[in-house]
Amino acid sequence: MLYQKKNQLTSWLYDYSGSSCLPDSLLMSHSFSLAALDSVLSAFRSICGEDSVSLGEAVREQHGKDESVHRCCPPDVVLFPHCVEEVSALAKVCHNHRLPIIPFGTGTGLEGGVGAVEGGVCFSLRNMDQVLDLHQEDFDVTVEPGVTRKALNAYLRDTGLWFPVDPGADASLCGMAATSASGTNAVRYGTMRENVLNLEVVLADGTIIHTAGKGRRPRKTSAGYNLTNLIVGSEGTLGIITKTTLRLYGIPEAMVSAVCSFPSVQAAVDSTVQILQAGVPIARIEFLDDVMIDACNRFSSLSYPVTPTLFLEFHGSERSLEEQVNTTEDITQSNGGSDFQWARDTETRNRLWKARHDAWYAALALRPGCKAYATDVCVPLSRLPQIIVETKEDLIENRLTGPIAGHVGDGNFHCLMVVDPSDPEEQHRVHLFTERLARRALAMDGTCTGEHGVGLGKRALLREEMGHMAIQVMQSLKDALDPKNLMNPGKILQPREL
Amino acid sequence: MGSSTSLVPKSVTAAINAHGFGYFGCPHTFGQVGYRLKRTEQYIRVKPDNSSVVTDGVKHSMNPFCEIAVEEAVKLKEKKLIKEVVAVSCGPQQVQETIRTALAMGADRGIHVEVTGKDYETLGPLQVSKIMAALAKKEEAQLVILGKQAIDDDCNQTGQMTAALLDWPQGTFASELSLEGDKIKVVREIDGGLETIKINTPAVVTADLRLNTPRYATLPNIMKAKKKKIANVKPADLGVDITSRLEVLRVDEPPQRQAGMKVETVDDLVGKLKEAGMV
Repeated sequence: MLYQKKNQLTSWLYDYSGSSCLPDSLLMSHSFSLAALDSVLSAFRSICGEDSVSLGEAVREQHGKDESVHRCCPPDVVLFPHCVEEVSALAKVCHNHRLPIIPFGTGTGLEGGVGAVEGGVCFSLRNMDQVLDLHQEDFDVTVEPGVTRKALNAYLRDTGLWFPVDPGADASLCGMAATSASGTNAVRYGTMRENVLNLEVVLADGTIIHTAGKGRRPRKTSAGYNLTNLIVGSEGTLGIITKTTLRLYGIPEAMVSAVCSFPSVQAAVDSTVQILQAGVPIARIEFLDDVMIDACNRFSSLSYPVTPTLFLEFHGSERSLEEQVNTTEDITQSNGGSDFQWARDTETRNRLWKARHDAWYAALALRPGCKAYATDVCVPLSRLPQIIVETKEDLIENRLTGPIAGHVGDGNFHCLMVVDPSDPEEQHRVHLFTERLARRALAMDGTCTGEHGVGLGKRALLREEMGHMAIQVMQSLKDALDPKNLMNPGKILQPREL
Repeated sequence: MGSSTSLVPKSVTAAINAHGFGYFGCPHTFGQVGYRLKRTEQYIRVKPDNSSVVTDGVKHSMNPFCEIAVEEAVKLKEKKLIKEVVAVSCGPQQVQETIRTALAMGADRGIHVEVTGKDYETLGPLQVSKIMAALAKKEEAQLVILGKQAIDDDCNQTGQMTAALLDWPQGTFASELSLEGDKIKVVREIDGGLETIKINTPAVVTADLRLNTPRYATLPNIMKAKKKKIANVKPADLGVDITSRLEVLRVDEPPQRQAGMKVETVDDLVGKLKEAGMV
């Protein structure tokens, strides 16, 4: 296998040039004979059709990378199955020939989860794009992996229902389940963990299971082991998700957005805590630090005061909105917050929130020609001021560009690290910084990844976070479901010491 | 709008085309920025006899430009510039669902012009505009707003024909609409940029993409909409003859994309292009 097994934590930042670790053909990497290779490919073709098996370089490269900074690790072949029966049959072939299987949704992940680090077969699920079984009165819907969250919400618009988990990208919903995605709305609507009712999963050997029983969709259950939430967040290492049943919500009658500036990080976070304690069912509460606001002002030609700022959004009926906004304004003002700038209709709300939506691009624009990487830690709310303050000191001390944006309602924040791809010394400093940040979060009873997942880059940190015994349990589960280690190898768990 | 001498538009009729546009599962049909284009095969298939497309089992929704039209009408009512919004659609029983969506967005009542079977398959802009003209007169509408075109047939004719039949002024491809006294100011999207015109009421306006962002129907509003009235009318009751003067001869899918060819040098490329008669 031509891919060198470097220390995963350090390797990713050193390959900004995007040079692919193009694994050679199946011949070399998996000790295949020509005949065996031929028979595998023709087995694939007979299952899903000639057009659905691709060896093309461009197609493989497209399926070997996501939106993270990890370099492209193309698979050896990409398959495009059309239904779960095909997925199962194809998985059986891979299982018989010990070929790694990497499920692929939209490639919008942020932790290198789709890289085929040991080569193998990518299952691109985009052809399975049906919205099945919508039950309006029960507030649930079942979708296939090719359905993205924006596509689902467009489908649902006439029904008055929506799926609120919003990670930013227009990601595949099954992919969001696989990575336990979250987003700006989590403070009110929860993350994928709270909103997946059932999954259809194909295991490494082709077995098809329904984690809550076939077709079942009760709003709650206490039946047996929680297989659904075992698979949610497993990042393709335990099986291929081919259907997900999701919890839907009513589209809010009205929405109000507001922006409020604060004299300090502490004041902003104190307000957040008090808003939640007051029982305001706030829908979004986003924090931008002064560096971020400054970047946004420049990028979007705005003129927000350059201090820590909260972007707020309220959902509800007209009357409840009035109450929510009033309560919140009282709290923010008592913490030294400025007057609200707020908006009611869609166009003005969008303009108000434009700063937050364009944060990524605004950060990039601070240093043209550079690339950006988003860190992602989450701590208990009460520790948030301390960690943000310490992190900002760290950034300044190490001369790094890292504007901060975060879902403070969850204690989750991202440093958008802007790095020069041609400067290995800076990259090294960024790498050390992100390790310190993750460890700082762990020291504060938090987690090394609030939303993005473990993927390739945080496996060692996961070990530290969970502790040896919990990791052992995870490894045992992995061994039970995928003894040959074919499902997305190299992610979440480190290779065992042999 | 308070002046006693100005004409307060009494009712706005929004014509919704529920004209069977297939839902491709393909967000680009809504024409909004930020949606991903669906990359793989379409759902829409041509019937084996090449007579038309298969519509069974295809999800139908309100034409996006019609949504924008309804939204604009509702906005005018919320600004108290008009008194009543009436949503109209022509077709079989199923279009009632689409009318209900308009009611959930804020229209006051609906009119379902019943057209079924073969008649519905051959229903085109000319017949619809005759129906709209008859209804506009009957309802004494001051403003008729339609989507600029339907995304299944892309005709872009109904609004213009309706205005002609009524002999009313028309403001098509509207990206901005404002009422000024008894006139309407319309900013139109044209090839060269934007054109601003002032037209008298009563008038016909067709909505373009940037006129507004249609609201989502919320559950409470969908519930309320169930109580709003939808009147049932037949084209004959309006004195309209809906026989079509057009006959569709054939419908074909676009040709399958052929595999490309790689060449080594520019001379080869030019040679191949010449062979294919392209240069």
